[in-house]
Amino acid sequence: MAHHELSLPVTEADARRLRVNDTVTLNTTLFGIRDASYIALFDKGRSTRFDLSGHAVIHTAPNVRKVPVSAEHPAGYAPVCIGTTTSDRMERFTRALMQTCGVRFIVGKGGMREGSLAAFREFGGVYLAIVGGTAALETTWIEQIEDVDLDDLNPESLWRFKIKGFGPLLVAMDSHDNSLYEAVKDDVDSKRAAALARLGVSA
Amino acid sequence: MLHLTPLQIEDAAKALYIQALKSLPPDVKAGIDRLAANERGETAKSVLQTMVTNISVAEDTNNLLCQDTGIPIYNVTIGRNVSLGDGVHFDGAALKAAIIRGCTRATTEHPLRSSVVHPITRKNEHTSCGAGVPVIHVDFTDSPDELELEMIPKGSGSENNSFLKMAIPAEGIAAVKRFVIDSVIAAGGKTCPPTIVGVGIGGTSDLCVHLAKKAATRALGTSSTDSEAAALEKELSEAVNLLGVGPQGLGGDATSFAVHIELAATHITMNPVAVNMQCHSARRARAIFTPSGVCFGF
Repeated sequence: MAHHELSLPVTEADARRLRVNDTVTLNTTLFGIRDASYIALFDKGRSTRFDLSGHAVIHTAPNVRKVPVSAEHPAGYAPVCIGTTTSDRMERFTRALMQTCGVRFIVGKGGMREGSLAAFREFGGVYLAIVGGTAALETTWIEQIEDVDLDDLNPESLWRFKIKGFGPLLVAMDSHDNSLYEAVKDDVDSKRAAALARLGVSA
Repeated sequence: MLHLTPLQIEDAAKALYIQALKSLPPDVKAGIDRLAANERGETAKSVLQTMVTNISVAEDTNNLLCQDTGIPIYNVTIGRNVSLGDGVHFDGAALKAAIIRGCTRATTEHPLRSSVVHPITRKNEHTSCGAGVPVIHVDFTDSPDELELEMIPKGSGSENNSFLKMAIPAEGIAAVKRFVIDSVIAAGGKTCPPTIVGVGIGGTSDLCVHLAKKAATRALGTSSTDSEAAALEKELSEAVNLLGVGPQGLGGDATSFAVHIELAATHITMNPVAVNMQCHSARRARAIFTPSGVCFGF
């Protein structure tokens, strides 16, 4: 259960060193992606000018304020509140995101499933759990909205955030076939009968 | 007699949306503290502590608690002697238009992320409004000179885990209990637990789902007014916290703050049950208009 301070981009070896229950704090760059941007990239054949290789993505669509382009706001957006959405909806895109874009880390909430775990194992990546619903805190880890692509999808654009001290995040799925969500699911399934018995109901 | 203008409603609808997104009701804060004090899991304790920290950061930085601005819901309760518009009548159409304007202004003036899109084209108008949204429910009360406006930004993580079962009488209350447990298991960490589990029992299919939402958005510490339902709330609240889903679905004791039930009479052939959940950021805000002015709270 080690703690890692990592600057993006990372190598495959960096990603494979991480184990579930480790914690990670990220620095430099984080890309925001979610439903509409995934669909644009992987279902509708659109492409991005961003190089995501070795990078981390977060499942997000931020609250932003449109401002004049300046050194402080190079993309013309000031952050208002940036948080994390439920990852499970984006399950079917993980493999393509890693295989074609070279992404190593997915930051999200609520966990992902077997297909993502297999992609983490095959390409070398991890799922980093953030505490969902704590966006006010997350926003303090974001220094700037550096760039934006596919902005016709706003707020579900592809965002590039400049980050500092983004974490600690919990390694909840690793490249060695370990998933905290799978472990919890097995545990919950084993407790279902006891909960129903407490209610006087047969399983 | 209480005389209101559409602008008063519009201003309150705007202020309530922003207030709801920024500060949690005291009962929810106390609920998180209570779960944190009783939690045994190490990861779970740390997750709950982050939630507590976030509440302070939101207040200190005057920021939104969560980035999900939700689907805006306004619940209006109108007293007997209230006029809106001309000082004599209550203009219901003006009420709805004022709420829509207030919701739009909150979105464009704060600004807030508009989380609302057309369901087929997926086009976002960047107003938090669209066909049928904001959701507006109107009810009436005997209280004479009062109008209450409640605002709930309903987050999608919890809303995407909504369940309805048209059980039959032969399955009895056991079907209801089993359905609640299995819904909480199916939702896992996707609903941002710890949650308020709202359960609707009875009614028609649509009423049953509506009751579940009403239950999920009720203040913590309140009980069903029906004694049978209140007893079932206690029983189910204990049982769901035996499951070990835990905060954020990462395991632990704190799966849910409470199970709330709202019920309605149903048909002799029917036994419907619905589950709708509210996430740990159980946001709501309320304005009460009386002849002496407007009071904002939770």
